[in-house]
Amino acid sequence: MKSRYYIVLIAIVVVMFAAPLLFAPSAEYSGSDSAAEQAISDTGYKPWFSPIWEPPSGEIETLLFSLQAAAGALIIGYFVGYERGKRAKKDIKTTQS
Amino acid sequence: MHIMEGFLPHPWWEIWFIIALPFIAYGIYKLSKVTKKIPEALPLLALMGAFIFVLSALKLPSVTGSTSHPTGTGLAAVVVGPGITSVLSLIVLIFQALLLAHGGLTTLGANVFSMGIVGPLTAYAIWVACKKVRLSNSVGVFLAAAFGDLITYVVTSVQLALVFPTSAGFFDAFLKFGTIFAITQIPLAIGEGILAVILFDFLAKYKGQLLATLKVIKLPHSTPAQEAAKQ
Repeated sequence: MKSRYYIVLIAIVVVMFAAPLLFAPSAEYSGSDSAAEQAISDTGYKPWFSPIWEPPSGEIETLLFSLQAAAGALIIGYFVGYERGKRAKKDIKTTQS
Repeated sequence: MHIMEGFLPHPWWEIWFIIALPFIAYGIYKLSKVTKKIPEALPLLALMGAFIFVLSALKLPSVTGSTSHPTGTGLAAVVVGPGITSVLSLIVLIFQALLLAHGGLTTLGANVFSMGIVGPLTAYAIWVACKKVRLSNSVGVFLAAAFGDLITYVVTSVQLALVFPTSAGFFDAFLKFGTIFAITQIPLAIGEGILAVILFDFLAKYKGQLLATLKVIKLPHSTPAQEAAKQ
Protein backbone atom coordinates (compact mmCIF):
# COMPACT_ATOMS: atom_id res chain seq x y z
CA MET A 1 0.00 0.00 0.00
CA LYS A 2 2.98 2.22 0.55
CA SER A 3 4.20 1.60 -2.98
CA ARG A 4 0.91 2.94 -4.35
CA TYR A 5 1.80 6.31 -2.78
CA TYR A 6 5.09 6.41 -4.70
CA ILE A 7 3.43 5.34 -7.93
CA VAL A 8 1.03 8.28 -7.57
CA LEU A 9 3.93 10.66 -6.88
CA ILE A 10 5.87 9.48 -9.92
CA ALA A 11 2.70 9.65 -12.05
CA ILE A 12 2.25 13.30 -11.04
CA VAL A 13 5.81 14.07 -12.17
CA VAL A 14 5.36 12.27 -15.49
CA VAL A 15 1.99 13.93 -16.22
CA MET A 16 3.32 17.35 -15.29
CA PHE A 17 6.16 17.13 -17.83
CA ALA A 18 4.09 15.39 -20.49
CA ALA A 19 1.25 17.95 -20.26
CA PRO A 20 3.07 20.86 -21.97
CA LEU A 21 3.96 18.60 -24.90
CA LEU A 22 0.33 17.53 -25.27
CA PHE A 23 -1.25 20.97 -24.90
CA ALA A 24 1.32 23.07 -26.71
CA PRO A 25 2.88 20.70 -29.24
CA SER A 26 3.94 23.50 -31.58
CA ALA A 27 5.93 25.50 -29.03
CA GLU A 28 9.67 25.78 -29.56
CA TYR A 29 10.88 24.16 -26.34
CA SER A 30 14.25 25.83 -26.56
CA GLY A 31 16.26 26.12 -23.37
CA SER A 32 15.66 28.99 -20.96
CA ASP A 33 19.44 29.36 -20.68
CA SER A 34 19.72 30.09 -24.39
CA ALA A 35 16.65 32.37 -24.22
CA ALA A 36 18.52 34.49 -21.68
CA GLU A 37 21.64 34.33 -23.84
CA GLN A 38 19.54 35.61 -26.75
CA ALA A 39 18.02 38.41 -24.66
CA ILE A 40 21.54 39.56 -23.76
CA SER A 41 22.82 39.31 -27.33
CA ASP A 42 19.84 41.48 -28.40
CA THR A 43 21.26 44.31 -26.29
CA GLY A 44 24.33 44.22 -28.54
CA TYR A 45 26.60 42.52 -26.02
CA LYS A 46 29.40 40.39 -27.41
CA PRO A 47 30.72 37.65 -25.11
CA TRP A 48 34.40 38.26 -24.40
CA PHE A 49 35.33 34.62 -23.93
CA SER A 50 34.15 31.49 -25.67
CA PRO A 51 34.14 27.90 -24.41
CA ILE A 52 37.54 26.23 -24.80
CA TRP A 53 35.84 23.12 -26.18
CA GLU A 54 32.36 22.66 -27.60
CA PRO A 55 30.62 19.41 -28.50
CA PRO A 56 31.01 19.26 -32.31
CA SER A 57 27.33 18.51 -32.90
CA GLY A 58 23.96 18.41 -31.19
CA GLU A 59 24.18 14.63 -31.14
CA ILE A 60 27.48 14.65 -29.28
CA GLU A 61 26.07 17.16 -26.81
CA THR A 62 23.04 14.91 -26.25
CA LEU A 63 25.40 11.98 -25.78
CA LEU A 64 27.34 13.80 -23.07
CA PHE A 65 24.15 14.92 -21.30
CA SER A 66 22.87 11.34 -21.43
CA LEU A 67 26.14 10.09 -19.95
CA GLN A 68 25.83 12.63 -17.14
CA ALA A 69 22.31 11.43 -16.31
CA ALA A 70 23.25 7.77 -16.73
CA ALA A 71 26.23 8.08 -14.39
CA GLY A 72 24.02 9.65 -11.73
CA ALA A 73 21.22 7.14 -12.20
CA LEU A 74 23.72 4.27 -12.01
CA ILE A 75 24.97 5.42 -8.61
CA ILE A 76 21.44 5.98 -7.28
CA GLY A 77 20.30 2.56 -8.51
CA TYR A 78 23.36 0.84 -7.07
CA PHE A 79 22.87 2.52 -3.69
CA VAL A 80 19.15 1.73 -3.49
CA GLY A 81 19.62 -1.88 -4.58
CA TYR A 82 22.56 -2.41 -2.22
CA GLU A 83 20.67 -1.09 0.79
CA ARG A 84 17.53 -3.05 0.01
CA GLY A 85 19.52 -6.24 -0.47
CA LYS A 86 21.36 -5.70 2.78
CA ARG A 87 18.09 -5.17 4.62
CA ALA A 88 16.49 -8.25 3.03
CA LYS A 89 19.45 -10.42 4.06
CA LYS A 90 19.23 -9.13 7.62
CA ASP A 91 15.49 -9.86 7.72
CA ILE A 92 16.06 -13.45 6.61
CA LYS A 93 18.69 -13.92 9.33
CA THR A 94 16.41 -12.59 12.08
CA THR A 95 13.50 -14.81 11.02
CA GLN A 96 15.80 -17.84 10.96
CA SER A 97 17.25 -17.34 14.42
CA MET B 1 20.54 29.08 -14.60
CA HIS B 2 23.80 28.58 -16.48
CA ILE B 3 25.18 31.92 -17.48
CA MET B 4 27.01 31.15 -20.69
CA GLU B 5 30.74 31.46 -21.17
CA GLY B 6 31.89 35.07 -21.57
CA PHE B 7 28.51 36.58 -20.75
CA LEU B 8 29.67 38.29 -17.58
CA PRO B 9 32.00 41.22 -18.27
CA HIS B 10 34.74 42.54 -16.02
CA PRO B 11 34.39 43.20 -13.06
CA TRP B 12 31.32 41.04 -12.51
CA TRP B 13 32.80 37.64 -13.16
CA GLU B 14 35.62 38.34 -10.71
CA ILE B 15 33.16 39.63 -8.11
CA TRP B 16 31.14 36.41 -8.15
CA PHE B 17 34.32 34.33 -7.90
CA ILE B 18 35.40 36.28 -4.86
CA ILE B 19 31.97 35.94 -3.24
CA ALA B 20 31.79 32.20 -3.98
CA LEU B 21 35.31 31.43 -2.75
CA PRO B 22 34.76 31.46 1.05
CA PHE B 23 31.68 29.22 0.71
CA ILE B 24 33.64 26.70 -1.36
CA ALA B 25 36.51 26.82 1.14
CA TYR B 26 34.04 26.17 3.97
CA GLY B 27 32.48 23.36 1.95
CA ILE B 28 35.83 21.66 1.39
CA TYR B 29 36.58 21.99 5.12
CA LYS B 30 33.19 20.43 5.99
CA LEU B 31 33.71 17.70 3.41
CA SER B 32 37.05 16.63 4.84
CA LYS B 33 35.65 16.82 8.38
CA VAL B 34 32.61 14.66 7.63
CA THR B 35 34.55 12.07 5.63
CA LYS B 36 37.07 11.77 8.48
CA LYS B 37 34.59 11.67 11.35
CA ILE B 38 31.77 9.73 9.69
CA PRO B 39 33.34 7.64 6.91
CA GLU B 40 30.11 5.66 6.50
CA ALA B 41 28.56 8.88 5.15
CA LEU B 42 30.74 8.63 2.04
CA PRO B 43 28.22 6.63 -0.05
CA LEU B 44 25.60 9.18 0.97
CA LEU B 45 27.77 11.98 -0.42
CA ALA B 46 28.13 10.06 -3.67
CA LEU B 47 24.37 9.57 -3.74
CA MET B 48 23.70 13.27 -3.28
CA GLY B 49 26.21 14.12 -5.99
CA ALA B 50 24.53 11.58 -8.26
CA PHE B 51 21.12 13.13 -7.62
CA ILE B 52 22.47 16.55 -8.66
CA PHE B 53 24.11 14.94 -11.69
CA VAL B 54 20.89 13.34 -12.92
CA LEU B 55 18.57 16.27 -12.28
CA SER B 56 20.83 18.92 -13.74
CA ALA B 57 21.22 16.85 -16.93
CA LEU B 58 17.48 16.67 -17.55
CA LYS B 59 16.13 19.45 -19.70
CA LEU B 60 12.43 19.28 -19.12
CA PRO B 61 9.57 20.89 -21.03
CA SER B 62 7.55 23.47 -19.18
CA VAL B 63 4.25 25.31 -19.49
CA THR B 64 5.98 28.30 -21.08
CA GLY B 65 6.89 26.28 -24.16
CA SER B 66 10.56 26.29 -23.30
CA THR B 67 12.76 23.85 -21.45
CA SER B 68 14.88 24.15 -18.36
CA HIS B 69 16.55 21.84 -15.90
CA PRO B 70 16.18 21.31 -12.16
CA THR B 71 19.21 21.62 -9.89
CA GLY B 72 18.94 18.72 -7.43
CA THR B 73 20.79 20.68 -4.77
CA GLY B 74 17.93 21.06 -2.27
CA LEU B 75 17.94 17.43 -1.15
CA ALA B 76 21.72 17.45 -0.77
CA ALA B 77 21.50 20.62 1.35
CA VAL B 78 19.04 18.91 3.69
CA VAL B 79 20.99 15.65 3.96
CA VAL B 80 24.67 16.67 3.90
CA GLY B 81 24.36 20.41 4.53
CA PRO B 82 24.72 23.45 2.26
CA GLY B 83 28.53 23.65 2.56
CA ILE B 84 29.21 20.23 1.08
CA THR B 85 26.45 20.84 -1.49
CA SER B 86 28.42 23.85 -2.75
CA VAL B 87 31.38 21.59 -3.53
CA LEU B 88 29.15 18.99 -5.23
CA SER B 89 27.60 21.74 -7.36
CA LEU B 90 31.03 23.07 -8.27
CA ILE B 91 32.02 19.63 -9.58
CA VAL B 92 28.87 19.37 -11.71
CA LEU B 93 29.28 22.90 -13.05
CA ILE B 94 32.92 22.32 -14.00
CA PHE B 95 31.93 19.10 -15.78
CA GLN B 96 29.22 20.93 -17.73
CA ALA B 97 31.44 23.91 -18.54
CA LEU B 98 34.31 21.79 -19.85
CA LEU B 99 32.51 18.97 -21.64
CA LEU B 100 29.12 20.39 -22.58
CA ALA B 101 29.95 24.06 -23.22
CA HIS B 102 27.05 24.64 -20.85
CA GLY B 103 27.80 27.46 -18.46
CA GLY B 104 31.44 28.47 -18.52
CA LEU B 105 34.72 28.87 -16.70
CA THR B 106 34.53 32.67 -16.53
CA THR B 107 30.93 32.47 -15.28
CA LEU B 108 31.68 29.60 -12.88
CA GLY B 109 31.73 31.89 -9.84
CA ALA B 110 28.31 33.33 -10.64
CA ASN B 111 26.82 29.91 -11.44
CA VAL B 112 28.26 28.36 -8.27
CA PHE B 113 26.78 31.26 -6.32
CA SER B 114 23.24 30.69 -7.65
CA MET B 115 23.14 26.90 -7.88
CA GLY B 116 25.66 25.88 -5.24
CA ILE B 117 25.30 28.55 -2.57
CA VAL B 118 22.02 30.50 -2.48
CA GLY B 119 19.89 27.55 -3.63
CA PRO B 120 21.22 25.12 -1.01
CA LEU B 121 21.26 27.76 1.74
CA THR B 122 17.61 28.60 1.03
CA ALA B 123 16.69 24.92 0.96
CA TYR B 124 18.47 24.34 4.26
CA ALA B 125 16.81 27.36 5.90
CA ILE B 126 13.37 26.17 4.75
CA TRP B 127 14.09 22.66 6.03
CA VAL B 128 15.13 24.00 9.45
CA ALA B 129 12.05 26.26 9.58
CA CYS B 130 9.76 23.34 8.69
CA LYS B 131 11.30 21.28 11.48
CA LYS B 132 10.76 24.18 13.91
CA VAL B 133 7.04 24.32 13.19
CA ARG B 134 6.92 20.52 13.25
CA LEU B 135 5.91 19.90 9.67
CA SER B 136 6.49 16.35 8.48
CA ASN B 137 9.82 15.37 6.90
CA SER B 138 8.15 14.94 3.52
CA VAL B 139 6.64 18.42 3.52
CA GLY B 140 9.95 19.88 4.68
CA VAL B 141 11.98 18.14 2.00
CA PHE B 142 9.45 19.02 -0.69
CA LEU B 143 9.43 22.73 0.16
CA ALA B 144 13.20 22.84 0.62
CA ALA B 145 13.94 21.18 -2.73
CA ALA B 146 11.28 23.10 -4.67
CA PHE B 147 12.25 26.54 -3.37
CA GLY B 148 15.97 25.78 -3.50
CA ASP B 149 15.45 25.07 -7.20
CA LEU B 150 13.31 28.14 -7.86
CA ILE B 151 15.49 30.59 -5.95
CA THR B 152 18.54 29.47 -7.95
CA TYR B 153 16.88 30.86 -11.07
CA VAL B 154 15.79 34.03 -9.31
CA VAL B 155 19.43 34.62 -8.35
CA THR B 156 20.53 34.12 -11.96
CA SER B 157 17.93 36.70 -13.01
CA VAL B 158 19.34 39.18 -10.47
CA GLN B 159 22.90 38.49 -11.61
CA LEU B 160 22.01 39.15 -15.25
CA ALA B 161 19.85 42.19 -14.48
CA LEU B 162 22.73 43.77 -12.53
CA VAL B 163 24.98 43.55 -15.58
CA PHE B 164 22.39 44.15 -18.28
CA PRO B 165 19.81 46.62 -16.98
CA THR B 166 17.31 47.81 -19.58
CA SER B 167 16.73 51.50 -20.28
CA ALA B 168 14.00 51.31 -17.59
CA GLY B 169 16.60 50.14 -15.07
CA PHE B 170 17.52 47.13 -12.99
CA PHE B 171 14.04 46.11 -11.91
CA ASP B 172 12.70 46.05 -15.46
CA ALA B 173 15.61 43.85 -16.51
CA PHE B 174 15.06 41.61 -13.49
CA LEU B 175 11.45 41.09 -14.59
CA LYS B 176 12.62 40.35 -18.12
CA PHE B 177 15.09 37.66 -17.05
CA GLY B 178 12.76 36.49 -14.28
CA THR B 179 10.05 35.81 -16.85
CA ILE B 180 12.47 33.77 -18.94
CA PHE B 181 13.71 31.73 -16.01
CA ALA B 182 11.40 31.67 -13.02
CA ILE B 183 8.05 30.92 -14.65
CA THR B 184 9.50 28.11 -16.73
CA GLN B 185 11.00 26.78 -13.54
CA ILE B 186 7.82 26.49 -11.44
CA PRO B 187 6.65 23.04 -12.62
CA LEU B 188 10.27 21.83 -12.60
CA ALA B 189 10.65 22.93 -9.00
CA ILE B 190 7.51 21.00 -8.04
CA GLY B 191 8.84 17.95 -9.88
CA GLU B 192 12.21 18.22 -8.15
CA GLY B 193 10.44 18.51 -4.80
CA ILE B 194 8.52 15.29 -5.41
CA LEU B 195 11.60 13.34 -6.55
CA ALA B 196 13.54 14.60 -3.53
CA VAL B 197 10.77 13.36 -1.21
CA ILE B 198 10.87 9.89 -2.78
CA LEU B 199 14.64 9.55 -2.30
CA PHE B 200 14.55 11.09 1.18
CA ASP B 201 11.84 8.62 2.27
CA PHE B 202 14.06 5.80 1.10
CA LEU B 203 17.01 7.19 3.06
CA ALA B 204 14.91 7.66 6.19
CA LYS B 205 13.73 4.06 5.93
CA TYR B 206 17.05 2.38 5.11
CA LYS B 207 19.64 4.81 6.44
CA GLY B 208 17.76 6.26 9.41
CA GLN B 209 20.67 5.64 11.77
CA LEU B 210 23.11 7.47 9.51
CA LEU B 211 20.73 10.40 9.01
CA ALA B 212 20.40 10.61 12.79
CA THR B 213 24.20 10.64 13.13
CA LEU B 214 24.30 13.50 10.63
CA LYS B 215 21.59 15.18 12.72
CA VAL B 216 19.19 15.32 9.78
CA ILE B 217 16.41 13.50 11.58
CA LYS B 218 15.82 12.28 15.09
CA LEU B 219 15.05 8.61 15.32
CA PRO B 220 11.63 8.04 16.88
CA HIS B 221 11.37 6.30 20.23
CA SER B 222 14.97 5.42 20.85
CA THR B 223 15.22 6.28 24.51
CA PRO B 224 18.31 4.95 26.30
CA ALA B 225 16.13 2.38 28.07
CA GLN B 226 14.94 0.92 24.78
CA GLU B 227 18.45 0.92 23.38
CA ALA B 228 19.54 -1.09 26.39
CA ALA B 229 16.58 -3.47 25.98
CA LYS B 230 17.69 -4.19 22.39
CA GLN B 231 21.06 -5.46 23.53
